[in-house]
Amino acid sequence: MITALHQPFFQHALLAGTAIALASGLVGYFLVLRAQTFTGDALGHVAFTGAMAALAGGFDLRLGLFAGTVGVALLLGVLGRRGRPDDVVIGTLFSWILGLGTFFLTLYTTHRSTTQGNAGISVLFGSVYGLDGARTTAAVLIALAVSAAVVLIARPMLFATLDDAVAAARGVRTGALGLGFLALVGVCAAEATQAVGSLLLLGLLAAPAGTALRLTDRPYRALGLSAALAVLELWSGLMLSAAVPRLPPSFAIMAVAAACYAGASLVRPRSRSTRTTVARSTVTRIATVTRTTEE
Amino acid sequence: MLLAETLAPAFSWNPVADLREMWAYPFMVNAFRAGAVVAVVAPAVGWFMVLRRQTFAGHTLSVVAFPGAALATLLGISTTLGYLGACLTAALVIAALRERGRSGGAEESAATATVQAFALACGFLFVTLYKGLLGGPQALLFGTFLGITTGQVGLLAAVGAVVLALLAVIGRPLLFASIDGDVAAARGVPVRLLGAGFLLLLGAATAEAGQITGSLLVFALLVMPAATAQVLTARPVLGLVLAVAFGLGACWLGLIAAFYQPYPLGFFVTTFAFAGFLLAHLGRALAGALGRAAPRTGVPA
Repeated sequence: MITALHQPFFQHALLAGTAIALASGLVGYFLVLRAQTFTGDALGHVAFTGAMAALAGGFDLRLGLFAGTVGVALLLGVLGRRGRPDDVVIGTLFSWILGLGTFFLTLYTTHRSTTQGNAGISVLFGSVYGLDGARTTAAVLIALAVSAAVVLIARPMLFATLDDAVAAARGVRTGALGLGFLALVGVCAAEATQAVGSLLLLGLLAAPAGTALRLTDRPYRALGLSAALAVLELWSGLMLSAAVPRLPPSFAIMAVAAACYAGASLVRPRSRSTRTTVARSTVTRIATVTRTTEE
Repeated sequence: MLLAETLAPAFSWNPVADLREMWAYPFMVNAFRAGAVVAVVAPAVGWFMVLRRQTFAGHTLSVVAFPGAALATLLGISTTLGYLGACLTAALVIAALRERGRSGGAEESAATATVQAFALACGFLFVTLYKGLLGGPQALLFGTFLGITTGQVGLLAAVGAVVLALLAVIGRPLLFASIDGDVAAARGVPVRLLGAGFLLLLGAATAEAGQITGSLLVFALLVMPAATAQVLTARPVLGLVLAVAFGLGACWLGLIAAFYQPYPLGFFVTTFAFAGFLLAHLGRALAGALGRAAPRTGVPA
């Protein structure tokens, strides 16, 4: 284990993973509070197809990753405001997009590369140990920028999330804020794909935030706790996989995250906090208000 | 797939010759048989699922199918048993959680997301522990037509027959309970029991569909044919028949395409099913634009 810690691949993974986990924890808190985890789910599908399309076209994987996730996040934001498309349509669309991803995957493995036969697996389930120096720097810088942006908009975001109508009346531009947040979610999803993979990024976004929401009712404390938990879970996961080499790092991270969430649920089975109840009722009210105004 | 490339079969546009060529391989015959069973069972159950708006439960069940199948491979037992065991267990768990009282909201969705991600991570672990998987985890995730044995077809057919028989028995009250749960409950229909029973049927159907399309693309046979049928008609019997027809069409066309092309089966099945869904929407929009006077049949809801 000591030898693993001194390897450059492990240090890269630790550095990039810390920044990515920080961004995911911060973004994930608002994602869960705004009940938009489905967006995270959808972005996981798109991330795979985007990355595979870029590889098949001969571009850098990250180009397709970022273009796909940010584009679809904004698309969902625009669609979501004009009447909610129902989940049958969305589910149908996203399973087709995932199917398209397998097409690009086969295109890539049969025509472009014979050495990278497991490119699909590393996108689906992450390859945090495969990051080199340049990729690590880029991942860290982008993740830190996302974190800074979330912290900057945290106050108006919280206001808009808890009471959209009042926030709008007080001059908060809730529409632009929501779209900006979705773009951040897209960037964060693309980052998280590099750490834990497109299928598991939902866990990195939702599990720490869900745990934090169960443990505390105060919004800023929960925001900080969510980020801290995400970073700690990533560290423990990486240490676990260094100690037991048979465990893939993304599984170890998810296992720790799920264990933390289960532990928090056992400690506080069902939060009766006024804050979350307020948030919940507000969210439903916002939903009904927007629905009626649209009709 | 590699096998298709080394054999290099060429598509001749002569259906009889093509079918004869494909069916010369026993694994293709098994694939078509399994596809037929799945394409009848999954859209029939899926029709009720779309009607009941339980696509999210279907999604969760399909995600759980992956670790089940991967564990079965690791332990060296039939993947069919792995799919069935995992999906039925998950269906029971979901049904039990529903019993305890339902609430939506932020924390609930975080819990679901965590469970799904953890299930997928477990599947990944099992796949890494078992190195010699044919075609890697992609076969489990995105579907394959290779290596379906006659025994598996028999098991699929038996399970499918049980599911269809049960669906036929509970079909009428289930339809009633799905359309108007409160009235049905008032009239003495055991709505809760029906809901739990339906979840089990859904689990079995998901497990069956997962073996053709892979566990990530189950929606191709479970949701898409049913959604297409509900776009075209609101009448239950006609809708069920249409859903099964669309499912069979997508599945068999997908098998034919996957035999002649190197791309995975799941891609073709989703693409054909999705094309049908788009065409149905387009057709309805055209019909609506052409004859506004004609009475419209639409999606209930």
